[in-house]
Amino acid sequence: MSYRTDRQRVQGLGVAHTGVEHWWVQRVYAAALIPLTVLFIFPFARALGSGWEAARAVYASPFNAIIAMLFFLAAFNHMRLGLQDIIEDYVHQKTIRTVLLVLNVCGCWALALIGIFAVARIAFTA
Amino acid sequence: MGADVNRGNRPLSPHLQIYRKQLNSGMSIFHRITGVAIGGAMLLVVSWFIAASSHPKAFDTVDGLLTSWIGGLILLLAMAAFWYHFFNGIRHLVWDTGSGFELGEIHKSGIYVLAATAVATVITWIVALV
Repeated sequence: MSYRTDRQRVQGLGVAHTGVEHWWVQRVYAAALIPLTVLFIFPFARALGSGWEAARAVYASPFNAIIAMLFFLAAFNHMRLGLQDIIEDYVHQKTIRTVLLVLNVCGCWALALIGIFAVARIAFTA
Repeated sequence: MGADVNRGNRPLSPHLQIYRKQLNSGMSIFHRITGVAIGGAMLLVVSWFIAASSHPKAFDTVDGLLTSWIGGLILLLAMAAFWYHFFNGIRHLVWDTGSGFELGEIHKSGIYVLAATAVATVITWIVALV
């Protein structure tokens, strides 16, 4: 007779081998992105195609710059968690899957920090 | 199957391709597709910021590319993908609270998402052009 409970037998057998934290954090980023995307997209739409000086002037505003940085932080983390789900769902070959999961973490964090750095550089030099 | 559960000698559930196409399943997979597409568009957004942080020549190249007709078309599609993901994401957050699951409600909220996507895309486009 086994002393292992049913729960213990199935724990970690889902596609991701883990669960609630990922789901929950993804929703927190999603909720944060509701105001952040709206506040980001309209100044960006205005800055786009307005020329070097005018575009940089938009992000010389501390408000626009901080919103853009928070947006990059939340968006690329939301993207990291979402892409992780997609990789876990569709890529079954163990090596490829692991490589893609690692690349996803590195790529998303790199993009977040590159974006934040670029905004900071504009804000401090414009 | 990993767990050795006795599943009985019952028929399998019909495969995905047997189902009739419907709004809900279409919108569900479209949420994922638009999510990935927005990720691709974010590469363009970040390159625009890198260019704007470096020097005028780099900026003119990237900004010129994004405001050309092909860049504009890509951004328009990205904008539509974004607003779809935005409104359908809110729909998902509402579902996460356990509400809005009646079949009629689901269908209706799906229509609202599509309508809101169209309106918001047009508004953003106007802001970008003026």
